[in-house]
Amino acid sequence: MAVITMRDALNDALREELARDPNVFLMGEEVAEYQGAYKVTRGLLEEFGAKRVIDSPITELGFAGLGVGAAMAGLRPIIEFMTFNFSILATDQIINSAAKMLYMSGGQFKIPIVFRGPSGSAYQVSSQHSQAIESWYAYFPGLKVVMPSTPADAKGLLKSAIRDDDPVIFMEQERMYGMKGEVPEDEDFTIPLGVADIKRKGTDATIVARSLMVPTALKAAEELEKEGISCEVIDPRTIRPLDIETIIESVKKTNRVVVAEESHPFCGVGAEISAEIHEQAFDYLDAPVKRVSGVDVPMPYAKNLEALALPDVPQLVAAVKEVAYL
Amino acid sequence: MSSQTTQRQENAPASAAAVIDEPIKNAEAITEYDRELLLRIFHQMLLIRRFEEKCAESYSIGKIGGFCHLYIGQEAVGVGAISALRRDDYVITSYREHGQAIAKGISPEAVMAELYGKATGCSKGKGGSMHLFDASVNFMGGHAIVGGQIPLATGLAFASKYKETDQVTVCFFGEAAVNQGAFHESLNMAQLWKLPCIYLCENNMYGMGTSAQRAMSMDEVATKACAYELAAEFVDGMDVLAMRRATERAVERARKHSLPTLIEARTYRYMGHSMSDPGKYRTRAEIEKYQERDPIKLFRARLEENHLLTEDDVKQIEEQVREQVERAVKFADDSPYPATEELMTDIYANPLR
Repeated sequence: MAVITMRDALNDALREELARDPNVFLMGEEVAEYQGAYKVTRGLLEEFGAKRVIDSPITELGFAGLGVGAAMAGLRPIIEFMTFNFSILATDQIINSAAKMLYMSGGQFKIPIVFRGPSGSAYQVSSQHSQAIESWYAYFPGLKVVMPSTPADAKGLLKSAIRDDDPVIFMEQERMYGMKGEVPEDEDFTIPLGVADIKRKGTDATIVARSLMVPTALKAAEELEKEGISCEVIDPRTIRPLDIETIIESVKKTNRVVVAEESHPFCGVGAEISAEIHEQAFDYLDAPVKRVSGVDVPMPYAKNLEALALPDVPQLVAAVKEVAYL
Repeated sequence: MSSQTTQRQENAPASAAAVIDEPIKNAEAITEYDRELLLRIFHQMLLIRRFEEKCAESYSIGKIGGFCHLYIGQEAVGVGAISALRRDDYVITSYREHGQAIAKGISPEAVMAELYGKATGCSKGKGGSMHLFDASVNFMGGHAIVGGQIPLATGLAFASKYKETDQVTVCFFGEAAVNQGAFHESLNMAQLWKLPCIYLCENNMYGMGTSAQRAMSMDEVATKACAYELAAEFVDGMDVLAMRRATERAVERARKHSLPTLIEARTYRYMGHSMSDPGKYRTRAEIEKYQERDPIKLFRARLEENHLLTEDDVKQIEEQVREQVERAVKFADDSPYPATEELMTDIYANPLR
């Protein structure tokens, strides 16, 4: 296994899938000649040519819809949003077209498309560039939503997303592009959508974390281990469909849960996970489910305020102690 | 071919008002087509008219639910344009699509059954009036967000070019959709990337209850093509052969040269925006004025003038159409509702659990 960055793992996945299927093409702002705003698409134009790696105008609604139309005609588009903040302009095509086409056509038109790009906070990019909007997309039947937290997961899940026959929202985390990890080099390496991963085994409390919150949760678990508290860290990896079974199994063992998320708490994925745990495992809980979320404000610019708006290790440590009544 | 300016037909009317008064002059066109095709076009227009009249009736007795947008008055646009296409060409459109669906080859039975919400409908009863689909004739759907189908059409054309299939895409939309960003984003990409797409604006002069004059800063939609250096035509949408000829030119531009076209067809809807619209924003007199240039009446007169149609032929066609519509209604009535299991199917092509 090679040790590579999340950025390179995603790049490998794109390269391998472009090579594997001539119907796969990649379109987005600065994906080709500029080599990607975050260099995830580096080298792909040179290798696959301008027919398959296409710089789009800054016209998110237009090229998202173009992708959905191309998928109706049998192609397998990968549409890159420079960030998911810009996907907000394209939500009409993602939600009204991609998510519903198969259903409202009575099963005639599947939409095998991936919308991908960075999501969540970065480094002092302020209110309009720091949003974690997975709960928006996860709300809609017809969409699948994926959020990897390691380079290996990023590669395996992106390859599965590209091979999947449904629209997949694939949310990367800008702060994690440089994060390194072991990644299998096998071209047939994939990770199925909808399967959670237990990132750390534990017995006393469960932390359900996704994306950027996974490394944060693992650090918190290390801190707590020093105090004799054993945490299990579960990464759902796919938000929709959600592998609630794995979470429930863990809850039955630990009886205490903290849900960590970068996004706003109100109507968020954490609220959904919490509700499902209460519905399915109420009798196993020794404490109410505790959410640790991004603060319910637009992201501020100032470094100190930005740090205050995001969950961190001390908050997670405190939350686990709270559900453990320590 | 890359930067054509708006072409006007010699006899194309200059404005909406002129549409009413100008007589049809391009009588020479009719001799270019064989009688069989002309009668098929006439039959199809009449079928759509009677089908839609039946829809209004069925809606009023509760057999059809939801929103129901009728095509009466606009038949020449859909029939003329689609008659110029191959079976494997793509058609994608808005929610006023019953007529276009029939013109592209979906059976009246499957359309009516869909409107009745039955399992035998062309979308299995899951789409309804605004979402008719049929993959077997490349009818790529009615779409119900104004302008939403325009980027999709651009993608269909992109796929044809990518796969080198020489298929053409025709995208229908109303003039109100032209004010949406989706229209402008699509035209830019289509001309930038030379996509074989025909953007066909049916200018019926009203976006629901708002006249185009109250919603658009300029009068002509076709002129907007200049902004993207796109080829454009302004067509009398009440003249079915003018629609056919304009579409033929656009099809050639798309199929042979992989270039897009914007066509503006001036037309008029006789009914309300939908069945629930009493239409108080316009006068009876205005509607009657447009009905004087009814597309079916005009075409019939031209066929008769050219001795291609007799009184007996009309009677025979009317009878065939009556039977077709009755058959569609009977089929829809007799068909079962979707099985309850259908609620939870077709959500994902690859369901995970």
